[in-house]
Amino acid sequence: MAAFILRRLAQSVIVMLTVALVAFALFRFVGDPIASMVGQETTLAERAELRTALGLDEPFLVQFGNFVARAVTGDFGISYRLQQPVMELIMSRLPATLELAMVSGILAFAFGVGFGVYTALRRGGWASSTIMTVSLIGVSLPTFLIGVLLIWVFAVELQWLPSFGRGDTVYIGDWWRTGLLTESGRASLILPAITLGLYQMTLIMRLVRAEMLEVLRTDYIKFARARGLSNRAVNFGHALKNTLVPVITITGLQLGSIIAFSIITETVFQWPGVGALFINSVRFVDVPVMAAYLMLIALVFVVINLIVDLLYYAVDPRLRVDRANARH
Amino acid sequence: MKPPILSVRDLVVEFPTRRGTLRALDHVSFDIAEGEVLGMVGESGAGKSLTGAAIIGLLEPPGRVASGEIWLRGERIDNLPREKMRRIRGRRIGMVFQDPLTSLNPLYTVAEQLIETIRTHMDVSDKEARKRAVALLDRVGIPAAARRIDDYPHHFSGGMRQRVVIALALCAEPELVIADEPTTALDVSVQAQIIDVLKEICAERGASVMLITHDMGVIAETADRVAVLYAGRLAEIGPVRDVIQAAEHPYTAGLMGSIPTLTQTAERLTQIPGSMPRLNAIPQGCAFNPRCTKAFDRCFRDQPDLIPRADGRQVACWLYETAKSEVSNG
Amino acid sequence: MSDIIKKPEPGRVARAWDSDISYSFRKSPLAIVAAGVSLLIILAAIFAPWIAPHDPFNPATLNLMDGFTPPMEPNQFTGNTYWLGTDNQGRDVFSTILYGARISLFVGFMAVAFAMVLGITLGLIAGYRGGWVDSLLMRVADVQLTFPSILLALLIFGVARGFIPPAYREAMAIWVLIVAIGLSEWVQYARVVRGATMVEKSKEYVQAARVIGAHPAKILIRHILPNVMGPVLVIATIGLALAIIAEATLSFLGVGVPSTQPSLGTLIRIGQGFLFSGEWWILLFPSLTLLALALSVNLLGDWLRDALNPRLR
Repeated sequence: MAAFILRRLAQSVIVMLTVALVAFALFRFVGDPIASMVGQETTLAERAELRTALGLDEPFLVQFGNFVARAVTGDFGISYRLQQPVMELIMSRLPATLELAMVSGILAFAFGVGFGVYTALRRGGWASSTIMTVSLIGVSLPTFLIGVLLIWVFAVELQWLPSFGRGDTVYIGDWWRTGLLTESGRASLILPAITLGLYQMTLIMRLVRAEMLEVLRTDYIKFARARGLSNRAVNFGHALKNTLVPVITITGLQLGSIIAFSIITETVFQWPGVGALFINSVRFVDVPVMAAYLMLIALVFVVINLIVDLLYYAVDPRLRVDRANARH
Repeated sequence: MKPPILSVRDLVVEFPTRRGTLRALDHVSFDIAEGEVLGMVGESGAGKSLTGAAIIGLLEPPGRVASGEIWLRGERIDNLPREKMRRIRGRRIGMVFQDPLTSLNPLYTVAEQLIETIRTHMDVSDKEARKRAVALLDRVGIPAAARRIDDYPHHFSGGMRQRVVIALALCAEPELVIADEPTTALDVSVQAQIIDVLKEICAERGASVMLITHDMGVIAETADRVAVLYAGRLAEIGPVRDVIQAAEHPYTAGLMGSIPTLTQTAERLTQIPGSMPRLNAIPQGCAFNPRCTKAFDRCFRDQPDLIPRADGRQVACWLYETAKSEVSNG
Repeated sequence: MSDIIKKPEPGRVARAWDSDISYSFRKSPLAIVAAGVSLLIILAAIFAPWIAPHDPFNPATLNLMDGFTPPMEPNQFTGNTYWLGTDNQGRDVFSTILYGARISLFVGFMAVAFAMVLGITLGLIAGYRGGWVDSLLMRVADVQLTFPSILLALLIFGVARGFIPPAYREAMAIWVLIVAIGLSEWVQYARVVRGATMVEKSKEYVQAARVIGAHPAKILIRHILPNVMGPVLVIATIGLALAIIAEATLSFLGVGVPSTQPSLGTLIRIGQGFLFSGEWWILLFPSLTLLALALSVNLLGDWLRDALNPRLR
């Protein structure tokens, strides 16, 4: 067990370093950092001085080492576009994204599992067919289009909900700004959360349905029925439990992609999160922000993967090799 | 004569497909007496497993019972509402499946699965259920049952798992146990043990057994009577000794001839030319007529009825029709 | 019941018509509708220059006074009527949709083609070579799969932008987009082909081919490709829907096609800006087109996958 954790940690570090390499390469080769930082009047001599001062003429590995060392402490330099420390920018906008991601993730999971189980158990009913059709539309609708259409219906026509921004936010502690504690904050959260979560929900739903149908075809379910166990015991006690094991892992991985998809939702709703920050940095080739965002996302994914692996281990007894394997 | 535990009358199982309806079981009729072991033999695809599934009410759609009757101790069970049939499963009819490696839910311990089944059918406390479970595991031959009951299925070997399966099938004390190829997936060395366990434990509890298999050797050792299925129809049924030593249906005779024995010295094993017809290409009349050396014109016209013979035997073959009037019904 | 009389052998067309796939298609109204809609949009897009009543991108033909005309109503200044209305610059919405669909489909098909070629090639190499080449490729594939494709596409786009001098950015934008989207989708093809290659590689005819000096790779391709055509086709169809959506998303975000060649995504972004002022048609029609396109292609892919899945028969 300990060996397993250590191995996964080592893998995670390797992945992070690889991503760091990519991020660093971005810095080094995309555009000229000096040119982005100074005005046109700066003389060549001054530019050369700046280059040395920033350590840009050191050998590659040294620069990479410096980069990693600074990254670990959270120093990603200054944004070309906004002239502010990148870390500060990211941290100030992170709570907005995280809140959105969490709310939509919970919604997506709850409804996804619920609908998935329902459509697996009640195949062919009209409710199931409707849900499946809507799910297909959900997969075919680009996230941004969902957002725009929602805005149109609920913000413009019905005027029930705000069409952009976070509403009023309050501080919890000295860093986290939350919109959950104000009415306008919660109202502003609804449409973006649905937009962000809809795609995930359809994915989870289809996954749960497919898994459950597979499980319902297995021998042990047939045997459970042959033993006269009630429908509830068979469907929920046995089938659902076996279905959720792979579903949990995949859902965990989805959490990572929610954070990435927030780019789109934040753009549609002008939500002040890290996603919007990233898009602007791509538009303006603001490399420090791009690199930092990359590292951040990689970190999130790696951590989530690790947690999911551990979860899998905890839930599936076949993975625990704690007893001597039986051959009696 | 005690009434039979199970009585199947003219059972017809059909599969509607887009190319027409396939008849997988065609007017199959037989009885199982109390405490008896009936072997059901046939090639793959003959319909043996379907018969078992139909009896316990677990036919997979689109298969369905098109007509016929199934009686359990004088009560009709083929037309019961679902909830009533569910209560019969496990409690009055138990079933053992073929592959022990996939018959048990990997996420639950053996204790949990046994206790759940016991408490579904019997009103006992958790503790009492556990006691019975341990005793049962012990009876089927799991060593150190009290400790191993808390293991997960993957901690057991194949043979051990099948013993657990037998325990599970019997823990609610059914009157009839349907065993569908219970040893086919096991090592040869383990097969005999499992069959013995099954036979003993059923005999102890007075339960009848319907033993489905394609292995005549197992039947010869274990069964009291044997039914031979061919292309969804019953070819012959009778006491094991009689059918094996003096098979009456040409197909059965061919089957017996194709089994090697240690005592006979024969140059070659007999082989029945051709193969069992597919369900959508069953010939008119007797299903065996293309391969039968003794077929005559009636065999190609009419499907043979089950003709009663001596000692409770029955044969579905026109060869024996004329003799019908000479034998009294057994 | 019996069928001892031999029927004459059916001809090829009859067999194709009677095959499982074609039967499944004919019995599924959804698949027929989906195929019809896709075909319609594709044809309309191909023939856009001939079908479109106006050329929306020629400034000479545009009249600002035509702007903001609602659908099917004559413009209050010029008296012109447009089926689906005009946008803020007087461009006919119907024409812009046709041309926009053209761009979307072009990018979509090219991206899928690129992903397919790349994926199949890499899959063949990985499967055939095995060893460290295979491990490396699979590792890369695994890592890539954990990241959402939109992120990858954005990254590639951003990097490409940094390399290309601003003067060429517009012209290259479409190709960068194609490469970006294609690069984010090659993995599925590679996996399928790799699996099939590994299965075939160990078969005897490959050894035999080596013995007679024939290049086993050619033999492999001839034998593998027919086997994987089914799954590859499913992946390609669903991939097309994904590519179309990806392109629309990137264009919507402003990092896709340049605004001089708007695709459906760009049109939607423009449309969103006019929601509050009431010109709903600028948003609605491009949205419906995109939805119809993505949905029908997805449905086709779904149906295809079910039709080709032997276990569901």
